[in-house]
Amino acid sequence: MTPTNSTTSDLHNSPPVVVEMRGIVKRFPGVLANDHVDFELRAGEIHALLGENGAGKSTLMNVLAGLYRQEAGVILVKGKTVHFSSPRDAIEAGIGMVHQHFMLVPSQTVTENILLGLDEPRFLLRLSKYDAKIAELGQKFGLAVDPRAKVWQLSVGEQQRVEILKMLYRGADVLIMDEPTAVLAPQEIEGLFGILRAMTAQGKSIIFISHKLNEVTAIADRITVLRRGKVTAAGLPTKNVTKQDLARQMVGREVIFSLEKKPLTAGDIVLDVQDIHAENDKGLPALRGVSLNVRAGEIVGLAGVAGNGQRELSQVITGLRPCKQGRVILNGTIVSNRNALFGIQHGMAYIPEDRTHVGTAPNLSVTDNVIMKKYRQPPISHYGLLDMNTAAKFANELKQAYDIMVPTVETPVRLLSGGNLQRVILAREISGQPRFMVAVQPTRGLDVGAIEGVHRLLLKQREAGAAVLLISEELEELLSLSDRVYVIYEGKIMGEVKIESGEPDAGLIETLGLMMTGTPLDQIHKEGAVAHG
Amino acid sequence: MAESVPRQPLLSFRIRIEPRLSEPPPWYPAVISLSAIIVALLLGGVVIALAGGDPLRSYAHIAKASFGNLGVLSDTIVKATPIILTALACSVAFRMKLWNIGAEGQFIMGAFGASAIVLAKALPPEAPRWAFIPVMMLAGMAAGAVWGFIPGYLKAKFNVNEIISTLMLNYIAVSWVDFWIFAVWTEAGFQMSPKFPTNTWLPRLADYAKAIPAFRGLTTHAGLLMGIVAAILLWLVVFRSRWGYEIRLIGDNPQAAKYAGINISRNTIWVMMLSGALAGLGGMSEVTGVVHRLQTAPIAAGYGFTGIIVAWLAKLNPVIIILVSILFGALILAGREIQPSGVPKMIQGIILVCLIASDFMLRYRIRFVRVGKEE
Repeated sequence: MTPTNSTTSDLHNSPPVVVEMRGIVKRFPGVLANDHVDFELRAGEIHALLGENGAGKSTLMNVLAGLYRQEAGVILVKGKTVHFSSPRDAIEAGIGMVHQHFMLVPSQTVTENILLGLDEPRFLLRLSKYDAKIAELGQKFGLAVDPRAKVWQLSVGEQQRVEILKMLYRGADVLIMDEPTAVLAPQEIEGLFGILRAMTAQGKSIIFISHKLNEVTAIADRITVLRRGKVTAAGLPTKNVTKQDLARQMVGREVIFSLEKKPLTAGDIVLDVQDIHAENDKGLPALRGVSLNVRAGEIVGLAGVAGNGQRELSQVITGLRPCKQGRVILNGTIVSNRNALFGIQHGMAYIPEDRTHVGTAPNLSVTDNVIMKKYRQPPISHYGLLDMNTAAKFANELKQAYDIMVPTVETPVRLLSGGNLQRVILAREISGQPRFMVAVQPTRGLDVGAIEGVHRLLLKQREAGAAVLLISEELEELLSLSDRVYVIYEGKIMGEVKIESGEPDAGLIETLGLMMTGTPLDQIHKEGAVAHG
Repeated sequence: MAESVPRQPLLSFRIRIEPRLSEPPPWYPAVISLSAIIVALLLGGVVIALAGGDPLRSYAHIAKASFGNLGVLSDTIVKATPIILTALACSVAFRMKLWNIGAEGQFIMGAFGASAIVLAKALPPEAPRWAFIPVMMLAGMAAGAVWGFIPGYLKAKFNVNEIISTLMLNYIAVSWVDFWIFAVWTEAGFQMSPKFPTNTWLPRLADYAKAIPAFRGLTTHAGLLMGIVAAILLWLVVFRSRWGYEIRLIGDNPQAAKYAGINISRNTIWVMMLSGALAGLGGMSEVTGVVHRLQTAPIAAGYGFTGIIVAWLAKLNPVIIILVSILFGALILAGREIQPSGVPKMIQGIILVCLIASDFMLRYRIRFVRVGKEE
């Protein structure tokens, strides 16, 4: 068979196109979010839409889902031109979107949530009939959820299934999944992939928005890549591409997967955490005797599955949470059980996990946000008055130095993308020349380019002699940045390992995996010794 | 519309309402507010016509009765003065998302505190005006601040809902003043204190009629000056001071404020006290500038509640509060001119509803789409 033949036969055999978007243009003030974008979805396929944050993926899909309206271009569904003026129009045409943030009523049952907004039932809520119908629908697509369960009782993965069911119940043939894995635990991601495959097997078509290369190559049949509002690769079959190719299409340059980490000898102990016991928000013990230390000029990782006390530990260290027992010493000063201000005044920087709810004030300007830790002293303030000119100058310097993409520093930060927002936070924290920094999930939800930028900044801190405690769920990130890694499990440290530069060996990763699932390091060694002996 | 061929419409245009995705230009809010007032006046005209009046003549009368000459303009400003101070009081608390609806009570307590200086003879009755006024200002502000401190402390220490506590304290303030003017400082059994001596009055423009004849009969008093100075100072505090930065940060995101090391409880108490002090200053200005005796009826006249609306309409901006207060002063004054209650109140209501509804236009835009030629 010649290549020409195979192409023609492909054309004849390939499933029909269900959605076609041609020349879509969508502008936001100052940004051309979609610049004549073409996109094509075939029946029964999983089509990944790949791109960095701000590449225009979500914009394009919001146009398709009837949330935004394009300024130019046409949408064809099954060959017919359509005009959507609301999501209702889109769902009538069989297109449903599952958003990253779920839109469910926690106090209501699964069935009630699915029926919400529909015309039936008219008067009497005979829900049992609908319960059965929804259970049946779930069965068909492998979406096991109890229709009578209240939504607040469900795990995040189950809530996502409810959102998918909501769309299927409304007759969606095309499902748009907006970064569906961002909120899921690793096991749940596998489950989701199973569901997506089951749905395509039954003739549904899926658009999978993501910026994670591994996931996209694992699940998608074809991939379309967007960069700065333009298509850089249209509908490539997954089997024909490599991750390196995709990464290049996405960011427009070769992504350096391994970072350059200069060999350094660590200095004195900067942060000393001694036998910390603390409770979580519900008053249950979250930390049960955590001890660790961080030296000057080293990055120390804290690995662990989410919810094992990482959040509480970062709060105890930064003074936002009291501890019941133990103490935190920063450069010889006890900083635990004081307050956040005390930590800040003793040279502590903090990259919080939640950028929008903790790290920034959304309606205040970039200037107001970058002076958050500096407004107390000159040159920003004198005798209780703020010098807004100096503050604006400072903000503009940071904007330049940290490449914060924003028209002016007077812009409220709620208009910034995730990567830009993180740059604002990093700029603020690093500009204080901290001696110690806690960074919690500093790259979560960021795209490849932004992640690299954050990593470089953290390494620069290390070279500048700061002590960095990096709390992360991304093992790859911890291994490429850290000098040492502690593992936390249910509020206890399972052990500590040194990370040598170069490729981590399989044995180390296995050890870390065992510790993350609850086996202490000394026990691993003992068992290893028994096995060998 | 999901179908590919739209039905033949009656009009060749369709109106569409879409959420605004970008910030509107800076002049836009002002234009929208102005249009809202025009629409309200048109609607009010319909009401007047239905009531059997002549809308144009009525409006002309209202305009004349509130801005027509120096005399009525001065009366308008007298009505606006207490509103400026209560609205400033509300604005600073609202900026921190503290819902102080107790400006009314703090205003009354301010009037009480200032009056106590005269009635309890804290200063000798023959003391000069330059001694009385600053002392009364301080006393009024202190009494208002105490009335703000109580809900602020309860909120900071025990997380008591400030909406409830400030509302309840309004009633206590009225009863408190009633007790004193019935039982202690009563003027021959009437529910009012004796009239204050003139050396305790705030200076009025009319006082300078000898030097400037145009000022004859003008009742505008120094309370206006206090309001303007307070507005400017408050603007500086909110937008140009460290404390104001903390207030804005807490108001926008308390979590971020905690993260930045700001003590929210302490700020809650201080801001409630500042709010109370501003309202209290309003009470002092009213009692020493207009009423000249302690009496509940003319003092507990709802200025504190009007202040909530004005603060809101002015988007909490201290300088705009002055303008909006003057508009409300005019409405109160002119309203009485054409009818004691009823239609003027209705027009006030219509203006309010239109202004609040016009907010919608800041967040949404209306587009006219030619049918069949979409996008």
